[in-house]
Amino acid sequence: MNTQDNVSALRLEHITKTFGSIVANKDVDLQLRYGEVLAILGENGSGKTTLMNMISGIYHPDEGQIYIKDQLVSINSPKDAFEYGIGMVHQHFKLVDVFTATENIVLGIKEKGRFSIKRSAAKIAEICGRYGFDLDPNKKIYEMSVSEKQTVEIVKVLYRGADILILDEPTAVLTPQETDKLFNVIRRMRQDGKSIIIITHKLHEVMEISDRVAVLRKGEHIATVETKDVTESELTDMMVGQKITLNIERTLSENTPDRLIVSGVSMTNKEGVKVIDDISFSAKAGEILGIAGVAGSGQRELLELIAGLRTPDCGDITYVDPSTGNKVDLRKKTPMQIRDLGVRLSFVPEDRLGMGLVGNMDIIDNMMLRTYKNGNPLFLDRQPSRVLANDIIRSLEVVTPGATTPVRRLSGGNVQKVLVGREISSAPSVLMAAYPVRGLDINSSYTIYNLLNAQKKNGAAVIYVGEDLDVLLELCDRIMVICGGTVSGILDGRTAEKQQVGALMTKKKEARQ
Amino acid sequence: MTEAVQKIKKPKKAWTPLFVITKRDTLPLVKRVLIRAAAIVAALLLCSVITLVVTGSNPLQIYKTMFSGAFGNSIRIVRTLYELSVLLVIAVAITPAFKMKFWNTGAEGQVLIGGLSTAIVMLTLGGRIPDWTLIIIMAAAATAAGVIWGVLPAFFKAYWKTNETLFTLMMNYVAIQLVECFLKIADKTGSNVVGPTTLSHGWFPQLFKTDYLLDVVIIAVITVLVYIYLRYSKHGYEISVVGESENTAKYVGINVKKVIIRTMALSGALCGIAGLLIVGGASHSISAETAGGRGFTAIMVSWLAKFNPLMMVFSSLLIVFLERGAGEVATVFALNKSFSDILTGIILFFIIGCEFFINYKLHFRKHSKEAAV
Repeated sequence: MNTQDNVSALRLEHITKTFGSIVANKDVDLQLRYGEVLAILGENGSGKTTLMNMISGIYHPDEGQIYIKDQLVSINSPKDAFEYGIGMVHQHFKLVDVFTATENIVLGIKEKGRFSIKRSAAKIAEICGRYGFDLDPNKKIYEMSVSEKQTVEIVKVLYRGADILILDEPTAVLTPQETDKLFNVIRRMRQDGKSIIIITHKLHEVMEISDRVAVLRKGEHIATVETKDVTESELTDMMVGQKITLNIERTLSENTPDRLIVSGVSMTNKEGVKVIDDISFSAKAGEILGIAGVAGSGQRELLELIAGLRTPDCGDITYVDPSTGNKVDLRKKTPMQIRDLGVRLSFVPEDRLGMGLVGNMDIIDNMMLRTYKNGNPLFLDRQPSRVLANDIIRSLEVVTPGATTPVRRLSGGNVQKVLVGREISSAPSVLMAAYPVRGLDINSSYTIYNLLNAQKKNGAAVIYVGEDLDVLLELCDRIMVICGGTVSGILDGRTAEKQQVGALMTKKKEARQ
Repeated sequence: MTEAVQKIKKPKKAWTPLFVITKRDTLPLVKRVLIRAAAIVAALLLCSVITLVVTGSNPLQIYKTMFSGAFGNSIRIVRTLYELSVLLVIAVAITPAFKMKFWNTGAEGQVLIGGLSTAIVMLTLGGRIPDWTLIIIMAAAATAAGVIWGVLPAFFKAYWKTNETLFTLMMNYVAIQLVECFLKIADKTGSNVVGPTTLSHGWFPQLFKTDYLLDVVIIAVITVLVYIYLRYSKHGYEISVVGESENTAKYVGINVKKVIIRTMALSGALCGIAGLLIVGGASHSISAETAGGRGFTAIMVSWLAKFNPLMMVFSSLLIVFLERGAGEVATVFALNKSFSDILTGIILFFIIGCEFFINYKLHFRKHSKEAAV
């Protein structure tokens, strides 16, 4: 066992965690000192959240040890984590809406003696005063802004005596002013001797708030460096890594007319947040347009807008018919109406079993989702779907006991083959795919790349939303980078550099405000 | 620093659960049948022990009495058949909604309001028009009432996401109050029932000189039709998709609101018809007890059959058999009615409980792994 110069608040050694065939964390070592802010930096899917979930007792590592204050511990539940003084503030808040801040904070704590809400309120006021939180303890959660809710979450873990705080992308939901406020609080907590881990993929925030940065890439710990010794571009290099050649076939596309034109589209979600802000682009026939961006930058909403699942606040979505050249307005049309207009638009959504397929139905019935309306007005005709299901099972080598197996029982790769197979079976002229290889092994991934390439050769406009920059750079003809709901750049996939894409993905939001 | 080291609580012994529960893949049919059979045997054994200890009666004798209570003679068989079919039609009626994951707990009220509408038509038009026209009007009124009772909660659910369980449940009480109101007006004796003497017209004709048989035939037809509707029609397919995943339904362009309302209209209509069959076809009377809790029992029947209308024949047979058998036991052995309820309860508990072992598997933890520290 290696000896440390000083005792660390938290130390991870050789942590490995796998989910089925996917390795989420591989042999990760990490050390957190007393009174420091450690930033954990990494792309989507680099294993940041999984790692933190193991520290906070939500998952249990397959291998490796966790030391708290140099004692080996076994954290089996979030309750254990609390007992070791670890408090995690999740991205999605876990608060009771109709309770006040105070009630939420004391919820579930067993304190000695009789419970007194007054005493608790005094303790909360003391915490708020010490760290400079701005919190009305009697306000109900449903009346609060996102930032206030976050404050409640942080005070909640402090109230329970946490001295190791983990903040999972705390700034993702905050305005710049609120972020500044949060950072002030974090600095005060650091002064008070608390150790803080902050997960983020915004580089300027890393530079601003952290003492050290740990970089993860594809589940592995790349390095931990002193923030003052590195620059943003060095961090980007570490985060995205060296370019790996994947040998994905990419044909040069010629004669590429516009197939789908999106201009000036904006959309506000139910919470009143502008998730898509004035996006314009065109997808051309016979090319693959890649969309890059950190998770939650508006990719999902954009594709759902085009597919007719959401309505934009403003802007136009136009489809150009390949045979006639006629323009069709897709805005404010439902998926059914879009299909009735003769638009061959296929969509492989991110959420395969929750949106693209019905998990409890068999492959045949899932094939029927797109075509069940055809034929007899009253009764289903399963025959064409049965033929299609068997075709796909054979040609895409879907591993399944049979066509009547519920798709939820197939492995991730085979589920995706079923979904992509169905979506390309209608010979689409626009094919949108969101994270189609997420969670898939190498072989299945290549099957999907080949299918997308085949569609491109057939003259379809393919829109590929991906997270692996290596793949985007090798597969796509053009790459559109989006950041915070806006297009931060459109690059040529053949000449673009990985660092260029990485920089655009984390471009400062404030530039616009 | 040393202070900080001391501050930490002594790590308590790592707690590992004794067993872990995981979901199973679908078991082969033989195993599923075996598990259920084992559950029934276990239930009967436990019932025997309890019977012996509590009453001292011979448990075999009790089971024999149960059987004869349900199937002892031709009158009993016909009555059991009728009870079975009424429970069956209500279970079949709520199934489209349940397949859509619309938790309709309002079958009781929908049946009652169908029955009430039937009774009102019988009372007001009876004797003034030919019986066959009367029956058609009764059917129309019962169906319409059921549709209204079904569509109201569906409409609110579709447009404002109200909770359908509470809504349908409350509609039951509205129906009960309306029946009470009708009884006050139509029945001057204060007996809480408006019976065959008042509702003397619009009785369903006998089939082969047997009471209730027409009801049974109509219900058999409805059951088969609903089975076909759910399994082979486009509507049925849409119901399954909406039930499994609303997101998928929207993704392929199914109008979710329309499907919810349409399905509940059907479900309500069938419940209304059940009310018609009870009042017009069998009891020729109406009271707040006309539905008799069947609207709730039907939920169990439907679940036990995994929402397959044909299988519901067996699950409702089981429940009706238990109810009628237990009633007979109470009479013959001069036991309290509660005792037969206990027996029924135990048997149902085992039958429903065994579904857990069909869907889940218990893994006992090995403790060796944690010892290596």
